[in-house]
Amino acid sequence: MRRYLAARLTALVPTLLGVSALTFLFLRLIPGDAIAVRLGTSTVLSAQQMAELRAYLGLDRPLPLQYLGWLSALVRGDAGYSIRTGQPVFTEIAARLPVTGELAFGATVVALAVGLPLGVGSALRPNSRLDMAARTFGLLGLSLPNFWLGTLFVLLLARYLRWMPNTGGYTGFALDPWANIRFLLFPAITLGVAMAAVVMRTARSAMLDALAADYIRTARAKGLAAVVVVGRHALRNSLIVVVTILGVQAGYLLSGAVVVEEIFSVPGLGRMLLTAITQRDYALVQGAVLIVAVVFVGVNTLVDLAYGWLDPRIRYQ
Amino acid sequence: MAGGRPPGDAALGTRPRPGSRVLRRFRRNRAAITGGVIVGLLAGVALLADRLPLRSPLQMRPPERMAGPSLAAPFGADSFGRDLLSRTVHGARLSLGVAIASVAAALGGGTLLGVVAGYAGGRTDQVIMRTMDVFFSFPAALLALGIVAALGPGSEHVVLAIAVVYTPIFARVVRGPVLALKEREFVEATRALGARGSAVVLRHIVPNLGSVLIVQTSVALSWAVLTEASLSFLGLSAQPPAPSWGAMLNEGRQNLELAPHLAVFPGVAIMLAVLGFNLLGDGLRDVLDPRAVAQ
Repeated sequence: MRRYLAARLTALVPTLLGVSALTFLFLRLIPGDAIAVRLGTSTVLSAQQMAELRAYLGLDRPLPLQYLGWLSALVRGDAGYSIRTGQPVFTEIAARLPVTGELAFGATVVALAVGLPLGVGSALRPNSRLDMAARTFGLLGLSLPNFWLGTLFVLLLARYLRWMPNTGGYTGFALDPWANIRFLLFPAITLGVAMAAVVMRTARSAMLDALAADYIRTARAKGLAAVVVVGRHALRNSLIVVVTILGVQAGYLLSGAVVVEEIFSVPGLGRMLLTAITQRDYALVQGAVLIVAVVFVGVNTLVDLAYGWLDPRIRYQ
Repeated sequence: MAGGRPPGDAALGTRPRPGSRVLRRFRRNRAAITGGVIVGLLAGVALLADRLPLRSPLQMRPPERMAGPSLAAPFGADSFGRDLLSRTVHGARLSLGVAIASVAAALGGGTLLGVVAGYAGGRTDQVIMRTMDVFFSFPAALLALGIVAALGPGSEHVVLAIAVVYTPIFARVVRGPVLALKEREFVEATRALGARGSAVVLRHIVPNLGSVLIVQTSVALSWAVLTEASLSFLGLSAQPPAPSWGAMLNEGRQNLELAPHLAVFPGVAIMLAVLGFNLLGDGLRDVLDPRAVAQ
């Protein structure tokens, strides 16, 4: 296990280098001159000044050298400054990341609370009414755009229930847990529904596979109680598959947060990213994309490690 | 999202022939039929948008601003007094157009990369697949968002972004089956007979990828419609006054309390399109993969 951990962490290095290179190239994708982009449209410089500034910023150096410079600054915790606020990019991100984390956590709780029982239940009673309902939910949940669901929630709450949970604004969990949960409840449901559908479908098909396996027949044949067969044998093996899916779904949560935070005015990373995009605050966009990718890679590494804990059959080489 | 089965692998060598068992299974599969009908209807509407007896999707009629559904305008009018039915219908053309163009590009590029990686093996394989892995390190929709953010808003940039995001997925899905096919006897026999590599690949390997690619394409189209709609909702796809479903939904959001119908019709349209491709994908997976349990 320890050797596997070391190997897994070493494998992260090339991945993270690739991620940083792609994020670096992202700024080069922007049509137009890098300096013009940084200065915005209001400042006009002479050709001489442009050349000096170009040399000063190191933009006259070859691209690989520029990348190395950017990377070494990055490692030291310097990802540049936001054009709008003048704050360091990482400071801006650090203020928003926990909010998005809370939202993603809430959505995961919703997804597991809804998806797991539905998936397991429908696998235990194939073609029953519960199974039909669960499969319909699985299909609709996958097809329901979260930005539409969010919009409908806002409409429902504001127009028909006259309840505006989001007028009070965001409160940190440590400050007032109740206000925090009330604020994030509908955003989390909105974000969690599609994931609940995926969890349901995964849990259902994994349970069906597990229940058809020989070891389940053996367990039944030797007279184990149904609860033990399902709970200890089938469910545990299905959970491994569900956990894998959660890693992939982390990507959905992180990108879905952009839309959901915008609709419900949640002051998280996604909303910041969107504002930065419309304000052409490229250093901030770059930093946010980088951080999200790093979080995503980190979550998937954790998922990989969780395998070994859930499935003792996996022996790490 | 089938369980731990490697994608594609199971469907190898089931090249669908007209009138074959596959077609019969398709006709008996309710999900596939329903999905096919929804997608067919939307595609028909998109193709015929100009010929249908509809009002102009762009003409503003100020007295009818936010008018609810009526006989003359079954979907009502938007905040500028434009006919919402006409805009929704023309939106189908835009949405499906972006989805088809981007998925076609990803299908072509991804298949090429996956086949080359799988068939050539060795260093070529390593270089291609490790590069693809970098793209997998980003959440898919966020990568698309980032690309559009860098290039600027516009539906042609959305096409490019979705194509870039989906190319690695096709490459990965194709590579596995290619690795397996390469070792099969009929491919070995063709090689032994002296066929050139390109002939082996084009005539014997690519045709056998059919079922893998068909299922993946359907899934990709549903994702592409959804992604275009969210980018459009965020104002990053087709710019006003173009009738784009996501943007229509976002415009409706401002006047939601006065005119709920603004939020309903574009949302239903997006959901139908995504649902159609999802059903078709699920159904095709069952039909083309003989080992799959009915999900």
